[in-house]
Amino acid sequence: MHEIFKKRSLAPGYTFFVIKSPRIAKKIEPGQFVIVRVHEKGERIPMTISDFDREKGTLNMVVSQVGKTSRLLASLEPGERILNMLGPLGIPSDIESFGNVVTICRQGTAGALYSIIKALKKAGNRVTCIMGAKSRDYLVLENEIGAVVDELIIATDDGSRGVKGYAVSALREYLKKNQVDYILTIGSSKMMKTVGKIGKKYGIKTKASLGAIMLDGTGMCGACRVTVKGNTRFACMDGPEFDADEVNFNELIRRQSFFKEEERLAMELFEEGI
Amino acid sequence: MNRERRIPRKELPPEERVKNFDEVAIGYMKEEAIEEAKRCLQCREPRCMKGCPVGINIPKFIRAVKEEDFVRAIKIIKENNFLPSVTGRVCPQENQCEGSCLLGKKFEPVAIGALERFVADWARDNNIIEKPEVKVSNGKKVAIVGSGPSGLTCGAYLANLGYSVKIFETLHKAGGVLAYGIPSFRLPDSVVEAEVEYVKSLGVEIEIDVLIGRIFDLKELFQNGYGAIFLGTGAGLPRFPDVPGENLNGIYSANEFLFRVNLMKAHLFPEYDTPIKIGRKVVVIGAGNVTMDSARVARRLGRDVTVVYRRTEVEMPARKEEVEHGKQEGLEFRFLVSPVAFYGDEQGNVKIMRCIKMKLGEPDASGRRRPEPVEGSEFDMNVDTVIIAIGQSPNRLIPMSTRDLQITRRGTIVVDEHEKTSIEGVFAGGDATTGQATVIAAMGSGKRAAESIHRYLSSK
Ligand SMILES: Cc1cc2nc3c(=O)[nH]c(=O)nc-3n(C[C@H](O)[C@H](O)[C@H](O)COP(=O)(O)OP(=O)(O)OC[C@H]3O[C@@H](n4cnc5c(N)ncnc54)[C@H](O)[C@@H]3O)c2cc1C
Ligand SMILES: Cc1cc2nc3c(=O)[nH]c(=O)nc-3n(C[C@H](O)[C@H](O)[C@H](O)COP(=O)(O)OP(=O)(O)OC[C@H]3O[C@@H](n4cnc5c(N)ncnc54)[C@H](O)[C@@H]3O)c2cc1C
Ligand code: SF4
Ligand code: SF4
Ligand code: FES
Repeated sequence: MHEIFKKRSLAPGYTFFVIKSPRIAKKIEPGQFVIVRVHEKGERIPMTISDFDREKGTLNMVVSQVGKTSRLLASLEPGERILNMLGPLGIPSDIESFGNVVTICRQGTAGALYSIIKALKKAGNRVTCIMGAKSRDYLVLENEIGAVVDELIIATDDGSRGVKGYAVSALREYLKKNQVDYILTIGSSKMMKTVGKIGKKYGIKTKASLGAIMLDGTGMCGACRVTVKGNTRFACMDGPEFDADEVNFNELIRRQSFFKEEERLAMELFEEGI
Repeated sequence: MNRERRIPRKELPPEERVKNFDEVAIGYMKEEAIEEAKRCLQCREPRCMKGCPVGINIPKFIRAVKEEDFVRAIKIIKENNFLPSVTGRVCPQENQCEGSCLLGKKFEPVAIGALERFVADWARDNNIIEKPEVKVSNGKKVAIVGSGPSGLTCGAYLANLGYSVKIFETLHKAGGVLAYGIPSFRLPDSVVEAEVEYVKSLGVEIEIDVLIGRIFDLKELFQNGYGAIFLGTGAGLPRFPDVPGENLNGIYSANEFLFRVNLMKAHLFPEYDTPIKIGRKVVVIGAGNVTMDSARVARRLGRDVTVVYRRTEVEMPARKEEVEHGKQEGLEFRFLVSPVAFYGDEQGNVKIMRCIKMKLGEPDASGRRRPEPVEGSEFDMNVDTVIIAIGQSPNRLIPMSTRDLQITRRGTIVVDEHEKTSIEGVFAGGDATTGQATVIAAMGSGKRAAESIHRYLSSK
């Protein structure tokens, strides 16, 4: 179970996997995630399923290599197995006929959007994707998403592809000219906070998929708790998507950086091969 | 032989044990066990048995110990208890078997728990695995959700009766609270692992990484050929006090804290990848076993630890022994205090816990005097880490994803005296039906459910 079937590099630091996992593939819905552990002393980390094939029994995943565990995961080769994989977890993304939909992401988080975009298209929406990246070399799933959406807007920090600037600026521009019914964002908490504000300004229903720190992923620890509309919610069970303008992003950003020193140490030792 | 006093149980000295996670209570040596067994009066109508929720034949096994026939002793115990090396360690014996022991009326009661542990450990050390005679397979399948003591017990009984049993567990390790909650200085990992292996050796299959309610719902389990389902999903949903600032960094639920250390070995970071961060001044809020376990773990990570409780020591639900051990290990206690808010620094790390003093008023439904805030008595405590151990509610996924499953307002699954739920073919037990209780109570209900499932499937 959970055998790596295919692997390919999408951009520096971004790895694409196809994983054989028939049972999860049969059940998972767009927007849900899994928790993986890659070795006996390893930690449990959440990963969104980018796409799935129920017939072939496979799951796709895009891994951003940000620290030790994601690097270890990305180092697995075809034929190797992921030690533990639990899923599907979380509540599936809202797939309705909204009308005009804008999805917005940056670099690797495009992976998490992919199957949701496909489902939104299938439900009859007109879907636009705004994709941000440092430069054209860091664009992830550009062609795949481009093939599905009605409109793909690319924004790079250096202007090497698409418009120059951040994805949120492109969103602002887009909203000036277009009527939009629904916005979905997956990205850094800082970006999602801004998107939430923009959505609110225009009175558009805006959802954000939160990257809270998780442990069990099943509602037993509360590590993933976030404040939404003043109430404590568990991102793993009640989310990961919430109405963006109701999320206390400042708290989330602080909680996400709680283990920064430990993460740096783990990474340093890992790089020194200890 | 001394009838009045029991053979003392040896313990690691407090200075030594706060430096490691080694087991605190050292088991009896053979000679000590035999001496202690001689104290038992071999009552004709043994009161001790009434105090044991699974009805172990206590005088009979103690007699076997006295006669140095430990193989017989383990056989007798295992007739009613699949996990004796666990219960011998963690049962609240003072309220159960030992609390009912006749000898205890005048003298110290027989050390039943320590004897049970001795026999179980002896059997394990000598590789004596007493397996009951397993009936031939009857071809019927039963699914069990959760691998805590209730699920393991239910599974073991059903396997013995010839059922083909599969336990589904969402975590990557089996054992429920025994694996992720109770720290190794009270219940070593090796003990839990051995007991889980024993249950497997009876033919029970355990599949990890399966969250029932997401990957399969109960209907699909029936469709997959399971004739009956047992829900032993426990009470793992942490409660928070619902006060401002409770999501600041450095505030953990007891479950998160214990899960990181016990299951993920975060105290061995960076050898293990899961981190834990704990400051110099640690406060643990609550007064139960979970509170004491959290506080004692924090102490072993080398910090100043204060337990804060809104009533007084008398009302503490934790086992007396645990409170004593905690005191020896240097825990501080502050009674009649309750948090009202938390404040942090710019990084969002908790720094101050605002508290209010309490006084005890009239008794409440539980018979304990109700704590009431003393107006105007707020004060601040400096804290770096807060662990919240004010109780857990039943896991909510299955009730949420199962229509027609009746639950109470507290979230517990409703069952009758045979552990039957409101859905035909679905049974439940343990903490999921009672709220957090005890290992042995969970085992008792697992056994009752197995009997009930057997009746149900035999009549079908
Ligand atoms: C619901 C959800 C879905 C996700 N989907 C994806 C995905 O599809 N692809 C992907 O590459 N990443 C995804 N992530 C993020 C991914 O889980 C983290 O990048 C990963 O845990 C980092 O671990 P590390 O050891 O490599 O890095 P570390 O150095 O340990 O941490 C780097 C940063 O990652 C975050 N992080 C660390 N530990 C955890 C944890 N246990 N849970 C959550 N975040 C953590 C922290 O904010 C931290 O600052 C998702 C996160 C969530 C919550
Ligand atoms: C820290 C701590 C210390 C304690 N100390 C003592 C003590 O000293 N003495 C004592 O007698 N009792 C003690 N208890 C209480 C005792 O551990 C519990 O009463 C007992 O474990 C309950 O057993 P259970 O089988 O009902 O559930 P649990 O042990 O909680 O096991 C439930 C299992 O089900 C799994 N699960 C839940 N939902 C699903 C799902 N949907 N799909 C798949 N799997 C699922 C969980 O992951 C878990 O492994 C303590 C509890 C804690 C937390
Ligand atoms: S199982 Fe618990 S209550 Fe029963 S005899 Fe053993 S220690 Fe006592
Ligand atoms: S009540 Fe006490 S003395 Fe009597 S049989 Fe039981 S353990 Fe022995
Ligand atoms: S990750 Fe533990 S409750 Fe959400």
